[in-house]
Amino acid sequence: MALPSSLKFWTRSVEACVLVVVICFSLGASTPASRMNTLSHQVMCQCGCAQLLGECDHVGCPDRDKELSELTTNMAAGLTDQQIMDAFVAKYGATVLAAPTTKGFDLVAWIAPFAVFAAALLGTILLIRRWGGLGGKPLEATAAGAESSDPADRERLERIRRETDIDTGSRGGF
Amino acid sequence: MENKVVRWEAISLPRACDNHPGVLMATFGNFCLLIALVLAAYNLVAGAVALRLIATGQAARISPERLADTARRAGIAGFVAVTGAAFALIWSVFTNDFSITYILEHSNRALPIPYKFAALWSGQEGSLLLWAWLLGTYGFVLRLTHKTDVKLYAYAGTILSGIQVFFLSVLVFAAPPFALLPGYVAGGALPADGNGLNPLLQYPEMVIHPPMLYLGYVGFSVPFAFALGALMMRYPGEKWIRITRVWTMVTWLFLTCGIFLGMHWAYAVLGWGGYWGWDPVENASFMPWLTGTAFLHSVMMQERKGMMKSWNVWLIFSTFLLTMLGTLLTRAGLVSSVHAFAQSSIGTWFVVFMGIVLAVCIFTYILQRGHLKTEHHMESLVSRESSFLFNNLVLLTACFVILWGTLFPIISEYVQGTKVTVGAPFYNRVAVPIGLFLVFLTGIGPLLPWRATSFKAIKRNFVLPVIALWVTVIVCLAVGVRPWKDGSLDTGSFYAVVSFAVAAAVLTAIIAEFLRGAGVISRQTNRNLFAATWLLTRRNTRRYGGYIVHIGVVVVVIGLAGSAFNRSIESEMGLHSTMPIGPYTLTCMGFTQDSNQNYNSDYAVLDVSQGGKKVFQLTPERRFYLASGQPQTMVAIHSVPEWDLYVVYEGTNPDTGQPIIKAFLNPLVGWIWFGLVVIVFGTFVALVPSLTPATAALRVPATKPAPLTPALKGGD
Repeated sequence: MALPSSLKFWTRSVEACVLVVVICFSLGASTPASRMNTLSHQVMCQCGCAQLLGECDHVGCPDRDKELSELTTNMAAGLTDQQIMDAFVAKYGATVLAAPTTKGFDLVAWIAPFAVFAAALLGTILLIRRWGGLGGKPLEATAAGAESSDPADRERLERIRRETDIDTGSRGGF
Repeated sequence: MENKVVRWEAISLPRACDNHPGVLMATFGNFCLLIALVLAAYNLVAGAVALRLIATGQAARISPERLADTARRAGIAGFVAVTGAAFALIWSVFTNDFSITYILEHSNRALPIPYKFAALWSGQEGSLLLWAWLLGTYGFVLRLTHKTDVKLYAYAGTILSGIQVFFLSVLVFAAPPFALLPGYVAGGALPADGNGLNPLLQYPEMVIHPPMLYLGYVGFSVPFAFALGALMMRYPGEKWIRITRVWTMVTWLFLTCGIFLGMHWAYAVLGWGGYWGWDPVENASFMPWLTGTAFLHSVMMQERKGMMKSWNVWLIFSTFLLTMLGTLLTRAGLVSSVHAFAQSSIGTWFVVFMGIVLAVCIFTYILQRGHLKTEHHMESLVSRESSFLFNNLVLLTACFVILWGTLFPIISEYVQGTKVTVGAPFYNRVAVPIGLFLVFLTGIGPLLPWRATSFKAIKRNFVLPVIALWVTVIVCLAVGVRPWKDGSLDTGSFYAVVSFAVAAAVLTAIIAEFLRGAGVISRQTNRNLFAATWLLTRRNTRRYGGYIVHIGVVVVVIGLAGSAFNRSIESEMGLHSTMPIGPYTLTCMGFTQDSNQNYNSDYAVLDVSQGGKKVFQLTPERRFYLASGQPQTMVAIHSVPEWDLYVVYEGTNPDTGQPIIKAFLNPLVGWIWFGLVVIVFGTFVALVPSLTPATAALRVPATKPAPLTPALKGGD
């Protein structure tokens, strides 16, 4: 059965969006400079400044240069990103990572927001569809500008209001 | 933010004053707080009894109306008492009364006068007093205007007094601002000087930012009180929303300004080149803003269509509880933050209070939920109504993401025994896409008509925005913005291009809405387009004020997207050495020092040239505050619409003795602050009452009206 054109449009749009998101999250940095930049923004400086290593701006910071040189050394040694992160965790503890990992319970941190969003989105769509199925209570007609005394003005106001959806304020904005 | 208390016992000094005015003022302040507590408690109890008697119609020895009025007057008197306490603390700061622990810890003699005021909110006790005073002020205004709806205001005033009882109890029993130094007796020795104000707070914005933020936080107590009161009394109709609309919008505006001022303070003071670090305290202010924004949108559905009543009630309940949660998180030491107050026992007070508030909300809701039945249902998935619903969905998801990220370290520690860090990378990956989706909705929502629409109408309304979107993408690519780099995707640039494109689409949509309406009025009244736009806006200030706020949000988003292209360079600079960054070259013309009673400072004099010509001079500075013994950078910023040149004097290399200068070129930052101005303007427009048909009689020449054209298809 052929899909309606409107449904096709939306299906294609959703497919395009999914593709863009997949591309966005599946590609990674490759050159040493960009890799260094990426990695230094994935770990925290350990001096207690609560800043990302790549953004720590403390003169004489006891940890920044040390951590950066460790990153450089590990990269030169051919370690993968994951191995470098593991080495940092082994040395400094899990708090050195600027974001939760995707393993074990930490994975919940990443899944929960999207799961909640998806559930809420689905719930909202189902709710609206259900309401649509029930049929909405007919709405009263838009109030006319009966306040004006001049019939010509009144007619003109009503026409403008009808065309611009101008509501003079008594029934909410927008 | 707590400073270390000096060992005053070791200091032998002459007596501060033979008459011990400090002790007197502390006693006065304490009495004011006690009296305020008693008055608030009376307001709560008498108000509750009176309203119960009115609700049940029971006979009593005293007329319930009179009893309610005594409660209201007690509330007004309570405001006077809290004002007295706030005055006592400020007086003590200005008179350098170091017999009071709080003054010793947060002020010093050389502190400039504006920062003496800032001392009021620089510590836990003072900021709680500020909170109580602001709550008293809001309550004062509310009680003075009670004739708008005596019964509803009585409910709201009584609920506000319950909140005030909590804060005053904390001030009296857990965090007294007028506590004297341990072991101090009148006439005893006092320290020569105080510890001084935290250097981070000695910046002009810090005199404005916390009160603004607190006005926002505390202000949400008012719509909360009205919503709870209206539910308790089964208030007929939606009039209470109209009554509280101004309160909610003003509160929202204060919170917005507070958040942006905090961003600007972080940008100008902390010296890391950014303005938002996803710190738990920043998150704590952002969460009620998100739910408050959702409330401001969804109440329109209730007001206009009688829909989403339960939802709105819970939105405002949640907003109020989030303001409390944010306070709890930072004051109880549950999460680590650069803003956090010292750990203290008041966290327990907040937990208990939040539990009581939640229980009251749930109980009232269950008891009165029959009053919240919706009058209409949505008819279509693609309509203005559903766009409001999706807008709420996205705002609440964003709120959940931030709450989740803020609390996850605690949850993680509880579950697996180790604390994890949830920093900027988490929020950038999760919150940024949600934020972009929200901006997208900002644009399409107003294009959708109420009730339902056809696919053809949607296509017609979306043609221009979609064209603007793709043109922007092409222009971005043409001018060299590449979402990919070295064969891989550059996430920052990708999000920036998406932001610019969505922003262009939304701006086009909003401007098209303005022009469409103005065009019709112009044709019908023979006014020029500007005058027609002015009249259009005045005739529905809520709608078009809202659009202006949306424009402001889009401008802010453009500014935020610029951060993807930030550049920085750091190096030691000797005399006449240069540092290139972007189109500028910084040349060091010298280093100098200065000192005053409050601090010593080192600063660099840098000539900035562009194209070989000197264009301006910057003097980044590093201060050393004498009282606190803490250093602080003062960033030098040159802002133009394209970017900010942001220069930090980081310090001196101990090996070479050479100053270290770090320069940033931050594109489009100025747009963020300009966006705030637009938001503020739009909110003021939305607050102005619309012209009614009677007052907006259209003065048109007595000519035959132009024939109607079916010009308006969207949003009508």
